[in-house]
This record gives sequence, C-alpha cells and structure tokens, in this order.
Amino acid sequence: MATQSNNYLLGLWDHEEVFLHAIEHIRHDGIEIYETLTPFPVHGLETALGYRDTRLHTAGFLFGATGTTFALSIMSWVMTTNYPLNFGGKPNWPLPSFIPITFEMTVLFAAVGMVLTYCVRNKLFPGYIPRIFDKRTTDDRFALVFDIEGKSEADVEQLKAVLSGQGAVEVKKRIFSENE
Amino acid sequence: MHAYESDFREPLINGLDKNYTKITDDIVGPTERTYKGWWPLMIIFGALAGLFVFCLGWTVYYGIGAWGLNKTVDWAWDITNFVWWIGIGHAGTLISAILLLFRQRFRTGINRAAEAMTIFAVICAGMFPVFHMGRVWMAFFIFPYPNTRGPLWVNFNSPLLWDVFAISTYFTVSLLFWYSGLMPDFATIRDRANGKTRKWIYNILSFGWTGTAKQWQRFESLSLVLAGLSTPLVLSVHTIVSFDFATSVIPGWHTTIFPPYFVAGAIFSGFAMVETLMLIVRKVFNLEDYITVNHIESMNKIIVLTGSIVGIAYITEMFIAWYSGYLYEQFAFYNRALGKYWWAYAWMMSCNVLSPQLYWFKPFRRNLWITFILSIFVNIGMWFERFVIIVTSLADDFLPSSWNYFTPTWVDMGIYIGSIGLFMTLFLLFCRFFPVIAIAEVKSVFRTSSEVAKRERALKDEKQNGGFVGHTTFGILDKDDK
Repeated sequence: MATQSNNYLLGLWDHEEVFLHAIEHIRHDGIEIYETLTPFPVHGLETALGYRDTRLHTAGFLFGATGTTFALSIMSWVMTTNYPLNFGGKPNWPLPSFIPITFEMTVLFAAVGMVLTYCVRNKLFPGYIPRIFDKRTTDDRFALVFDIEGKSEADVEQLKAVLSGQGAVEVKKRIFSENE
Repeated sequence: MHAYESDFREPLINGLDKNYTKITDDIVGPTERTYKGWWPLMIIFGALAGLFVFCLGWTVYYGIGAWGLNKTVDWAWDITNFVWWIGIGHAGTLISAILLLFRQRFRTGINRAAEAMTIFAVICAGMFPVFHMGRVWMAFFIFPYPNTRGPLWVNFNSPLLWDVFAISTYFTVSLLFWYSGLMPDFATIRDRANGKTRKWIYNILSFGWTGTAKQWQRFESLSLVLAGLSTPLVLSVHTIVSFDFATSVIPGWHTTIFPPYFVAGAIFSGFAMVETLMLIVRKVFNLEDYITVNHIESMNKIIVLTGSIVGIAYITEMFIAWYSGYLYEQFAFYNRALGKYWWAYAWMMSCNVLSPQLYWFKPFRRNLWITFILSIFVNIGMWFERFVIIVTSLADDFLPSSWNYFTPTWVDMGIYIGSIGLFMTLFLLFCRFFPVIAIAEVKSVFRTSSEVAKRERALKDEKQNGGFVGHTTFGILDKDDK
C-alpha cells in the first residue's frame, strides 16, 4: 500500500466528554481528523465529527422488500401455476396463509443483506488484518488520528500543543513500517 | 453529555473501583484462564452430549419405534422437547431486541449470555423435528426447491412448513445479531492478547474490527434495525409453533388462545433459564458487580408477569371449554386436569402458576437462592406444560378403543437428557472462550448508570449545594447537562 500514509500523530483521551469537546474545538480550528477510534459507541460522536447519517437502514429496507417480493411471487407461482392442488375446493391463492412465510423471508433477507452490507462497508471479514494505531483504543482510550505525512516538524509540534491543550492524556507519533 | 438517568435507580455496575480498564479486565479475565470446575463440568456434560448423539444414532438405526410412541400418541417427548427448547431461546431475543427498543439499560449486563443461550437452545430444538421425521437423510424434502419429481412442491398452507421457515430464520437472525455484537469485544480480547496464536485467532473472530467512529455509527444502525426485525420475529416464531397445534382438529389443541399463550410461556421459561445460568456465571466468574441483584430482580418481575399470563391462559382455556358446550373439548380439559395424567397437570400448575406468585414480594425477588430454585421449578413446569398439551390431548382421542398411555423408553430419556448435555457443553465452551458480558455495551452505560458515576454526580452536587448529597437530590442530580 504505497499510496497510504505511514506517519500519523495520535492523541489519546480517557474521558468521552472531554474527548467530544476536543473534537468540536479541533474541527472548529479546521484541522483535518484522519480517524477516530473509541472502545464503545460514544453518544453524539458522529454529530461532533459531522458525519452524515448512515444509509445502512435504507439498504435493510430494500433487502427486506426484495424478500417480500421473492417469497410472495414464488408461492403464488407454485400454488396457482406450477403445482395447483385442490385442497377440498379451497382457493388456490390463499393470501392469508402466505403471510407467515412472507414475513419470515422479509426478515431473513433484510437481516442477512444488512449484515453483509455492514461487513463490506466496514471492511470486516475473517482474516482481515487492520492497522492498529494503539491497542488501548479497544480498552479505555479514545483516540484521534492525524495524518502527518509530509508535514513540517513545526506543524506537528503545533498540532501536539493543540491536542494537549484539549485535554489529551497522551500525544504520540505512530509510524508504520511499509509492510504493516 | 450523558443521557437522563435518575439517581434513585440502583446502579447497573456496582463497585467504586470500576473504570474502563477494570471492566475489560473483569470480563475478559475468565477467557484467559481455565477455571477449576470447568474441566469436570465439561466432561460430565460432554458425556451427556455423547449420549445425545448415541441415542439419536440409535433412533436412526432402529427407527422411530425406539421411542415410546404408539398408534394414538404419535407426538410425545420429541415435540415436547422441541417446543420447550424453542421457548427457552426466546428470552435471549427478548432481552437483546425488545429491551433495546424499550431502552432498558439493564439488558447490557445479561444480553450476551442470553443470546448465546438462545442460539444453543435453538440448535437443541432443531434436532427434534429433524429426527422425528425418521428418515433423516431425506430431511431436505421440507425445503421448497425445484426437483425432478415432476412439479412437486411443499404445501405452503401448512403450519409445519411455516415452522421450517420460522425456526431457520430465527436461528440465522439471532446468530447474526449475536455475532455482530461480539466483533468489537473480540477485538478487545485481541488487543490484550499476549500470545501470537491467540492474537491471530481473536483477530479472525473479530473480523478485523478496530472501532472507528464510522464503524460504530453503522454498528448502532445495524443493532437498532436488527432489534426492530427480531422483535416481531421472536413473537412470530412461537406463534407459528403454536399454529402446529392450533390449526389441527384435536380437542385441547384447536384453540385461538394458543399464540399469545405460547409466546408468554416461552418468555417465561426463557427468563428462568437465563437466571439459572447467570446466577452460576456471576458467582463463578466474579461478575456480581455487573449482573447485580437489581438485574435479577428485573428478570423476576418479567417472570411473575409472564407466569401470571400463562396462568390466566390455563384458566381461560378451562372456562372456554366449559362455555363452548362442545362435549369433546370439555372432556379434553376435564381429562387433562383429573384424568390419568393428573400428576403432569399438577406439576404444571404448581410450578408455572403458583410458584412465581412469590415474586410479588420484594424480599423473594431479591433472594438469590429462592430465584435459583424457582428458576429450575419454572423450567420443569414449562416442560410439563408442553407434555400436558401434547400427550393428554392425543392419548384419549375420539375413539375410546384407541385410548392409550405413553411411556417413554430409555432412548426418549437419553435424547432429552442428552440435549441438556449438548446445550451445556456449548454454553461452557462459550463461557470459556467468549466474553460472557457485552463489554462495549457495559462501557457505554458506565457514565450514566454505574455506582462510580452516580457518586461523582452526588459529590459534584454536594460542592455546589452545600451538603445536599446523592440519592435524595432528585431533579438537581438528574438534569441532562447537554
């Protein structure tokens, strides 16, 4: 991954409220945040970072609608066209008794489709080796990562001062080797 | 920026020594060492799981004749066990999905283990319908697929087929929900791991999770939608299971009350099983600070509610049988309570309806020994409920010359006891290698609902208001400082 930067500056916080305020200030100063890492979903984080809302639930709806259509059309085709059986003269297209399977297939398609989309979008699959900036971000530290590739030493020092000023308990450089 | 939380509420995380690292240590700790009792338990339950496999093998080899079924009673322990296990599974989904939608924070301490229990219970449940078909190697006939036997399809009007879809969807969705929550926690274990192999394994399990803000945003969206999907799903599953009976013409089965009554019973037995397991887990793994007496009490409240719903359903069935004026229905219920299976009915009534009434009183709800014993009673009672419904309705059918009595064979008993062995084996493996509490979720309620946070807020208020401390300062302490 030659195009990817290998030099980063890391600010670590230990309290999510201080962390959220820090993000607001840093974004206000116009400093670009490369990545944000937290050990658990912090309430209000995506607002502070100015992220737009995820469209995952829309995908879920579309998968669900596919499931509904799929189940209803298969059952209708089988019961009326491909294999019309006479159940004591009852209708061949009994919509009420299609409801349970249609519902189950809607849920199945929505859930499976959403989880797959989620894994693809989040780059999650078994065996993926992620870049770990700091091991403690899955334990007790809230981290902001800044890309400092090609930045002057003075700029980095200034950034360090901003982070410390915003209550970061630790500020450090993280330099990856080429094969990491 | 913490959400509203009344300081009158008991903390969900006890102990003033808690912080994020301590939470990680406490929950991940048990996966890093083998507990003394683990191997003996594993050997016992592993042997029982072996018995399960052996008895199923015997059934396949010898045929369904190995069971105590006869011409009249053609469903007995097999379907009893199936419905019982499926019911037990329901608590996990209720805790993780319905309580999430209702924003009940106490779910965070128990949802992981309860969902694991759901999955293992559904695995056990699924075995029974498959093996009661007899020729297991043809089990795939239940799926609708294009085949070369002419146009030949399954009957989409049959509740038995709906069951196939309901159970398989339920299993898949529960597994996805559970696993999507596990990924971040596996990443926590990975980042603590010392050994290279351990790190490698947990990285695979975590799917390479890192916890970026975007990942968490999608995570929250995913869990919310999955919870929204699982909620009607869990209600539909036991509804459809009850349709297996309710759409038949057997007196005692053919009643419209079955769906809500089965769902309530399922949640009832599921919560009892969660309590049985969690009371042991919290003790063995020293997790009393995370699964507190408050958690147990909340579950006991659900048990007294659902137990009473079940009780009302029993009485309603009786009343409607009498009120209907339908002779066969009346006989079915008279026979159920006072006939040759009166003892099963007595077990059912005393365990399911009478025993949970103790929980109207707070000292009983908060007593761990009583909770443990009652949770086992409830599960015995719920097994008998299914037995009573299935066997008593079949044994004395429309034709008195066919009336019969069901006696289980050793194979019946072996399969049932063995299924408990399989369930416990899977649960023990889960306890040994997986985080039994959702680490990230517990951390996310730490600032609002822990004893530490409540104390911090009380101290802050003491400074501001001069000696006006803590749990009596309603209003002042509770303002949302957003």
